[in-house]
Amino acid sequence: MKRRLALVVDAVACDGHGVCAELFPERVTLDRWGFPLLDGAGIAPAHLEHAERAVVACPRLALHLKELERKP
Amino acid sequence: MPQLAPHPRALPGGAVPRLLSGLDQAGAPVGLDEHLARWGPVSWGHAQSSLLDDLEASGLAGHGGAWFPVSVKWRSVRGGLLKRPVVVANAAEGEPASSKDELLMARLPHLVLDGASAAGAALGAGRVIVYAPGHLVASVEHAVAQRRQRSIDPVAIEVVEAADTFIAGQETAVVNALNRKLPLPTFVGIDPIRTKGVGGRPTLVQNVETLAHVALVARFGPAWFRGLGTPAAPGTMLMTLHGRGEGPRIVEAPLGMRLGDVLGLSADEARHYWGVLLGGYGGGWLPMAGALDLRLDEAEARRHGASLGAGVVVLLPAPACPLAETARIVRYLDQQKAGQCGPCVNGLGELSALCTALALQPSTLRGRVEPLLDVCALVEGRGACRHPDGATRVVRSALQVFGHEVKAHLGGGPCAHVGAPSALPGLGRIDLGRGPAARGRKGRP
Repeated sequence: MKRRLALVVDAVACDGHGVCAELFPERVTLDRWGFPLLDGAGIAPAHLEHAERAVVACPRLALHLKELERKP
Repeated sequence: MPQLAPHPRALPGGAVPRLLSGLDQAGAPVGLDEHLARWGPVSWGHAQSSLLDDLEASGLAGHGGAWFPVSVKWRSVRGGLLKRPVVVANAAEGEPASSKDELLMARLPHLVLDGASAAGAALGAGRVIVYAPGHLVASVEHAVAQRRQRSIDPVAIEVVEAADTFIAGQETAVVNALNRKLPLPTFVGIDPIRTKGVGGRPTLVQNVETLAHVALVARFGPAWFRGLGTPAAPGTMLMTLHGRGEGPRIVEAPLGMRLGDVLGLSADEARHYWGVLLGGYGGGWLPMAGALDLRLDEAEARRHGASLGAGVVVLLPAPACPLAETARIVRYLDQQKAGQCGPCVNGLGELSALCTALALQPSTLRGRVEPLLDVCALVEGRGACRHPDGATRVVRSALQVFGHEVKAHLGGGPCAHVGAPSALPGLGRIDLGRGPAARGRKGRP
């Protein structure tokens, strides 16, 4: 089975700049205060490039790609 | 100092106190000689070789509020191979309505210290630290010194003063404090404290009551431990009861016991109460009918929208406005937030304002509770810690349990009791009539 990656946000570090939603609107939306809403599900391979760009571009380095734990 | 319930042995169902056995109403701590005479010594060698398996067989779960299986937690800490782990006995009981950990530390320090050393032995820890509130530090240090004179503990026990805030006991906040940072929670999605905690070492943060139970499992084994409680919820739990007589009372009850029996409350007497807040200020409201028959079991409490939490039970007497009391709790939780995570910073403020509106000026809600539920959904699971989730549990349970009052407020304005003094321990100073203090907002302007 292939690695499945999901976006997670360090809510302590996040200041709600919104770069992630700008760069990866397919999977990141902002709440009414400007903080990212993530569903925690795996990122499709076709989208991985956008996700990685969002991670690198976050001005607070608050966005991470995390390997999803596989179901036994 | 909290009172013991008049006679724990008097609980129905053949309940025999375990941790608290032999403890009298007088306030003196149990000294080392008396402690050893009652329980005997712990074999550290045995703890090192078989305590983990014994804990798994015992089914002991954490009594700090999360009810996470102790053996699972310990095995995850042992995973770090290159650095010796750190064990932290967590006595930072930030919940103002809870005093069972205070009672343990003040009266039975050696039981907790035995458990901490047993954890240290089982995990091969290089440091064992007791994190305790300031007013308990001197007595814990005295107990540690008694033990040092007789070379009881394999690893010298350190005592560190805990911060005095609601969230100080949250485990990442404990680790931060011990690393000389602010005692605030941290995001652990990438580096959990079980692999990178105090001093960068794998760290176990365990509630002191849990460690007291560990001390007895280490002595008497899992079969003995399962002699009280139920197969699914074995053992006993300490509880802080409010609303039955003056001041808080501590009882030790076997898990699985009816809450009505723990409270000593008949269905007839229950009519004098609005409901029960189970699990403290991050717990949930239960209707009296359901509360009396609830069994002490975290899975069952969750099914009812509450949690056993750290064992706090607050009875709300009948002449009161449950919506005003709920608003006070949410106001308090809003005041006690760390203020680090955007959804919690903004969401708890809004939730507090909406709850206060529902209590005092319900007409501003124009007949709708949906705005409260919307904010709940927007903050749940989005903080670095569970603080916001506790607040939403209180709100959701209140809307459900006090549905009649919600309708009455929305339809006919606030009830006659909104201005009554609060029955909630520690929250008497919260004045809903005055708006929340201005706080910094996080996020885009």
